[in-house]
Amino acid sequence: MPHWIRVCGADDIDAEDVIRFDHDGRSFAIYRSPEDAYFATDGLCTHEQVHLADGLVMGNIIECPKHNGRFDYKTGEAKGAPVCLNLKTYPVKVEDSAVLIDLD
Amino acid sequence: MSDPFVIIGAGECGLRAAQALRERGFAGEITLVGNEPHLPYERPPLSKDILTGAATPTPRTVSDAAALAAAGIACLTQAPATRIDRTARWVELADGRRLPYARLLLATGAIPRCLPVAGDGKRVLTLRSFDDALRLHPHLLPGRHVVVIGGGFIGLELAASARQRGATVTVIEAQPRILARNVSEAIAQVVADRHRSGGATLICGDGITDLRATAQGVAVSLTNGRCIEADVAVVGIGVVPATKLAEDAGLAIENGIAVDATLATSDPDIFAAGDCCSFPLDLYDGRRIRLESWRNAIEQGRLAAANMLGANERNSSVPWFWSDQFDLTLQVAGLADMASRQVRRDLGRGAFILFHLNGDGRLVAASGIGSGNAVAKDIRVAEMLIARRATPDPAQLAHPDFKLKALLAA
Repeated sequence: MPHWIRVCGADDIDAEDVIRFDHDGRSFAIYRSPEDAYFATDGLCTHEQVHLADGLVMGNIIECPKHNGRFDYKTGEAKGAPVCLNLKTYPVKVEDSAVLIDLD
Repeated sequence: MSDPFVIIGAGECGLRAAQALRERGFAGEITLVGNEPHLPYERPPLSKDILTGAATPTPRTVSDAAALAAAGIACLTQAPATRIDRTARWVELADGRRLPYARLLLATGAIPRCLPVAGDGKRVLTLRSFDDALRLHPHLLPGRHVVVIGGGFIGLELAASARQRGATVTVIEAQPRILARNVSEAIAQVVADRHRSGGATLICGDGITDLRATAQGVAVSLTNGRCIEADVAVVGIGVVPATKLAEDAGLAIENGIAVDATLATSDPDIFAAGDCCSFPLDLYDGRRIRLESWRNAIEQGRLAAANMLGANERNSSVPWFWSDQFDLTLQVAGLADMASRQVRRDLGRGAFILFHLNGDGRLVAASGIGSGNAVAKDIRVAEMLIARRATPDPAQLAHPDFKLKALLAA
C-alpha cells in the first residue's frame, strides 16, 4: 500500500533546487527539476552521510556539498568518483499544490 | 601484456588514476606501488573522524583487495620505489624488483616538514599517514596535553579533534594569526574564536626555539621565553613534495615535479599528479602552482590517466578545498591571492562568503565559512563562475536575497 506523506507546498521548492525533509527519524531530499517535476531520494550522500539538500542542483544532477559526488536524482544513479553507490529514490506526486512522498 | 603502466604512489591520486585507466578501456597491466602497508585509503578523515573515535581506528580504504583484483589493478604495498631508469624504462623497488613501464605516473604525494628534536623524538609526531594517526590517537585523552606546532589546516583540524576527545590543547603559530597563508583574516578570526570557545589555547606570533624530549613527554620553548610542557607535540608546519625519485631521474623540478598543463613531466612518457607536482593553470594565465588537496589528487589522477592514453586534455579545474573543525566547515575555491578586493555575503547564522575580485572585476576566488555545509552551495556556484572568468556585479554578490545561480544563466 502506498503511504503518502505531505512534504511541503509545491512552491516551497524553487525550480532546479532541493530541500531537506525529515520524517520519522529519516532524512530525504526532495527535488524540483528545471521542468517543474518533483523527485525524492534518500537525504544523505552514500559516500559520507552528508545532507544532499545542502548541495547544488544542476539540471537532473544533485551534487554532494562535501565532495561533489554526483547523482541523477531522477533515478538515484551515482555518476562516478567519489560516489559509487546509488541513491534510493521514492515516488512523489503533487496534489492540491502539495508535494507528497510515498515512503512505503 | 605489451603495455604495462606503472603508478608510483598508492594514495587517492594513484588509485583514481588506475581506476580511470580501466574506465577508459586500457587493457594492459597496471601496477600501483606504495610505501605504506595499507591499500589505498582516504586521508581527509585522518585528522578528523579517525582521531575523534574512541576505538582504535582502522584505515578507510577507497578500494578493497577484491575490487582491485576485479579491476585487474595490482597493488604492491610496502614497496618503495627507489629508482627510475628512463632509458631502459623500468622502475626499481627497494626489494630489487624491476617493473617495466610504457607509461609511468608519479603520484608520490608530499612529506611533512619536521623540526629538530633534542633527545628521543617519539613524542614529537607529524600527521600524514594512517600510521601517523594511529600513533597520535592514544594521546588524545582527558588529562593529556597536546601541543600543536603550526596553525594551518592539519594542525587546527587535529587540534579540534583533540579537544573533542577531551585533551588539553595548545596551538602555536609563528605568524601573527592562524591560517595566514590560506584564508582572509575574517575567516581566520571565526576559526580562532571557535577554537578558543572549544577550549584550545592559541598562541600566535611566537616561533619555536627548542623542542626536546623530557621524562614525561616533550618541552617546547618559544621565542617569547616561555616553555610549554606537554605529553606530545604534533608538528604541522607544511609539507614538501616528494620529488626525490623524479630528481634522481633527471626530471625537471620546480616547487614539485614540474608538469605541463596535461600533467606530462619533462619526459613525455612520465606523468605526475597530485601533491607532488607543480602545474600551470590556464585559468590564471599559466601561473604555476602546486596544490595539496583531496579533490586535486582525484582530478589530476583522472586527468593523468586520460593523458597517459593520449587524450591530450589540459587541466582546467578550479582549485578547491575544504576544512572541517568542530562544527564549522570552511571552503575555498580559486586563488584568493590573485584578488585586489573582496565582497562579503552574509548567509545568516554567522555563515558568510567572501568573493575575491581582481582589478578587472573578475571573480578569481571565493571563500566561506559556516556551520555544517552552509556555504557549500554558494561556493560551488562561485567555482563555476570562476571557471568562466565571470565579472559579476559586486552588489548582487553581496545581497543575501540575490540567487547566485542566476549568474550562471547569464
